[in-house]
Amino acid sequence: MKLTLRIWRQHGSSGRLVEYVMDDLSPDMSFLEALDVLNEKLILAGEEPVAFDHDCREGICGMCGVMINGVAHGPQKATTACQLHLRHFKDGDVLTVEPWRADPFPVVRDLVVDRSAFDRIIAAGGYVSVPTGSAPDAHALPVPKPDADTAFEAAACIGCGACVAACPNGSAMLFTAAKATHLGVLPQGQPERYQRARNMVAEHDALGFGGCTNTGECTSVCPKGIPLTTIARLNADLLKAHTTRSDR
Amino acid sequence: MDTIRLYRSTIGKKAVMAVTGAVMFLYVVVHMLGNLSIFAGPGALDAYGKFLRDINVVWPTRFGLLIAVVLHFIAAYQLTAKARKARGRYEHRRPVQGSYAARTMRWGGVVIGLFVVYHLLDLTAGVLNPHGVHGEIHANVVADFQHWYVVLAYAVAVVALGFHIRHGVWSATRTLGVVTSQTIGLAVAVVICAGFLSVPFAVFTGLVS
Repeated sequence: MKLTLRIWRQHGSSGRLVEYVMDDLSPDMSFLEALDVLNEKLILAGEEPVAFDHDCREGICGMCGVMINGVAHGPQKATTACQLHLRHFKDGDVLTVEPWRADPFPVVRDLVVDRSAFDRIIAAGGYVSVPTGSAPDAHALPVPKPDADTAFEAAACIGCGACVAACPNGSAMLFTAAKATHLGVLPQGQPERYQRARNMVAEHDALGFGGCTNTGECTSVCPKGIPLTTIARLNADLLKAHTTRSDR
Repeated sequence: MDTIRLYRSTIGKKAVMAVTGAVMFLYVVVHMLGNLSIFAGPGALDAYGKFLRDINVVWPTRFGLLIAVVLHFIAAYQLTAKARKARGRYEHRRPVQGSYAARTMRWGGVVIGLFVVYHLLDLTAGVLNPHGVHGEIHANVVADFQHWYVVLAYAVAVVALGFHIRHGVWSATRTLGVVTSQTIGLAVAVVICAGFLSVPFAVFTGLVS
């Protein structure tokens, strides 16, 4: 099948869209495989290949992700770019491919952005401080099934950054809320629950992400379907942290 | 309670918007119910206005609302500025998929703000009212809505308010940590719109004179 890819090429501080016509693609290829084919051609022609992030290509690592015609990870719902197959496009389609764009996600090169900001949010509180040692007995700490389900749903976040890329406010609140929820509803996460909410949100804001306005763009492109309700839960924790808790 | 530190966070600013929004929303509900007294017969609206002045709630309410409006606007301005700086600029961007109400919160708020200025000059100060006599509320209202352009201006503003409330009620409750359904926001917005629009349309069509 034939596709015309208009790809953002950037080396240095400015970039532009460059058009590549691909007419020997298979509909069974993934979107990243189409980029691989393009890069092989570019290398053979002595040109610079298109830089893009990828790792597992199984939809579970969170490394890949580009805007395809203005939609994070492309048109297929709950799917990462690596799991998006060309059969979901029409023969002859013209696709604009751009990197995630947000102030705290500077473009490194072409389609690669620096998502260290997410690591900083995690470092601010997205963990549970525990004494290490031998593994605890299974079921030593009972977890109610609904809590386990909520935690697991939030823990499915792979930190790809699609939520930020799609947000009209450049907010990373869905990511932050997913991480805070995944720990905050489990018994292991209780001691640091409110401190975590306060520190992660403070870091989120300090990094230059915008505030959430509940437009729901994030959850509609999230490859893992993290629900918007996680943000309401984080809001509740943050307000409680600042209004009633003394452990600040 | 560390209010300053809370306000520094985006969620703190949103909480301020939610609480001040709730205050203004409660006022809007009471205002709408008060307006409906025009259907209780001639003199009922004027009597309701006199009752409000007699129990001395007018100025405290105005003062409270002014504080709510100012805080709501400042927080909105600061959050908008932060979002503008944070958001990415794409060559190709899909229109926002969220509701029309969610997309138009900021400019919708500006429209409502400008309308409130006109509304105060019209029916509070009386300056822009064709009748414009203090205390003769019924006569002022009837004089207003004889004109199609006044009815239109009010209708546009009320619909803008409806959209603002539709997303606002839903979003504000979530900001305060309570998950509600979008249906509640929509239902509340429809009731508010219907209540406010009934008066101008009743006057314009001659049901109330």
